Amino acid sequence: MAADKVDPIHQFHIIKLIPINIGGYDLSFTNSALFMVATVIVAAAFLFLTTSSRSLVPGRLQSISEMAYEFVGNMLRDAAGTQGMKFFPFVFSLFMFVLVANLLGLFPYFFTVTSHIIVTFGLAALVIGTVIVYGFGKHGLGFLKLFVPHGVPVFLLPLVVLIEIISFVSRPVSLSVRLFANMLAGHITLKVFSGFVVSLSALGAVGVAGSVLPLAMAVALTALELLVAFLQAYVFAVLTCMYLNDALHPGH
Amino acid sequence: MFVTSAFAQESAPAADASHAATEGETHSGTSVPAEHGAFPPFDPATFPSQLLWLAITFGLFYLFLKRVVVPRVGGIIDVRNDRISQDLDQAAKLKGEADAAVAAYEQELAEAKTKANSIGQQANDAAKAEAETARKKVEGELDKKLGEAEASIASIKANAMKEVGSIAEDTASAIVEALVGGKVSKAEIAAAVKSVAR
Repeated sequence: MAADKVDPIHQFHIIKLIPINIGGYDLSFTNSALFMVATVIVAAAFLFLTTSSRSLVPGRLQSISEMAYEFVGNMLRDAAGTQGMKFFPFVFSLFMFVLVANLLGLFPYFFTVTSHIIVTFGLAALVIGTVIVYGFGKHGLGFLKLFVPHGVPVFLLPLVVLIEIISFVSRPVSLSVRLFANMLAGHITLKVFSGFVVSLSALGAVGVAGSVLPLAMAVALTALELLVAFLQAYVFAVLTCMYLNDALHPGH
Repeated sequence: MFVTSAFAQESAPAADASHAATEGETHSGTSVPAEHGAFPPFDPATFPSQLLWLAITFGLFYLFLKRVVVPRVGGIIDVRNDRISQDLDQAAKLKGEADAAVAAYEQELAEAKTKANSIGQQANDAAKAEAETARKKVEGELDKKLGEAEASIASIKANAMKEVGSIAEDTASAIVEALVGGKVSKAEIAAAVKSVAR
């Protein structure tokens, strides 16, 4: 049990709560799924309940919902123009989902959905999938102009096109790994410092005195993680907006 | 210290991945934690379940936001912006009205001032004219009285002078009678008195 507590990886374990097995695939309702549901319920309930009065002069909570709405709206409009606003519900859902998942993960004993690469990769693949489907759907083969920038000398073109393709392919990877790695590293660091506090205080009076330093670190890291939770949700949403802009305006 | 343990566990998943997958299938009926030594985020056995539940939860979340939250919050913000612009318009309109009222007031004030001035001027002129006529009337009366007085003085003087002549004549005739003892005709005496009186 003591080893469990200090093990920084323990928090990422998937525990099956309701085992489901369909066609040889393990589709169990796990703690990860539970926290996805919790994330969605918390985010949706917050947005729904705080705006239920539809006050002309918003209260504090309604202001938060409106700020989130306008924050994402401005972000998308700046990056992709007014045409991009058709993707607003999508970007807003992504932002709120990632933000609330990150914030919920900061509670002790809570599972962090975004610390699993398959989740962040799923979201990133959804973004890139949307970009590809919409890009080809709207511009047809003209979407491929995305890989051919204007004003590049002809002899450099093959190289540039290759670089553009690599950069496009690496987008879902960078998008998902950035979020996943930030959350994972932050939670491991937090757990390690908190683990120091526990193991040092077990050593007696000297240990208790010595555990003040890692405790202070853990407190500071919690503040940092709060910032990272916001920042990564923002970065995820901003990059989504920029990729959607490519789908809307491929020739850059 | 923690780094080494993390690395030790991270180096394992490649070897354990297949093992974990098979074990995930065999143990699917039980709620055993996936503690195979594999680094959990890289454990492919959990991928299908996580992807499925991500699709379900995020899909529902997206639909809810698109159908309910976005129209509602957008509506709130639109209504507010409309209301603000409406209020601004109304404020501008009221300001225009207030400006017009101020202008009308100032115009009326100016008119009233000029009117007051003209009334004052008129009153002044009328008073002056009245004073002038009154003065003229008084002067006229005074002149008349002066004329009358002069006329009465003149008549009194003439009467007096007339009587002086007759007295002189009487006196002269009396003196002549007394001195000469003869009678002198009245006409002669009158002529003499007249020549002397001149």
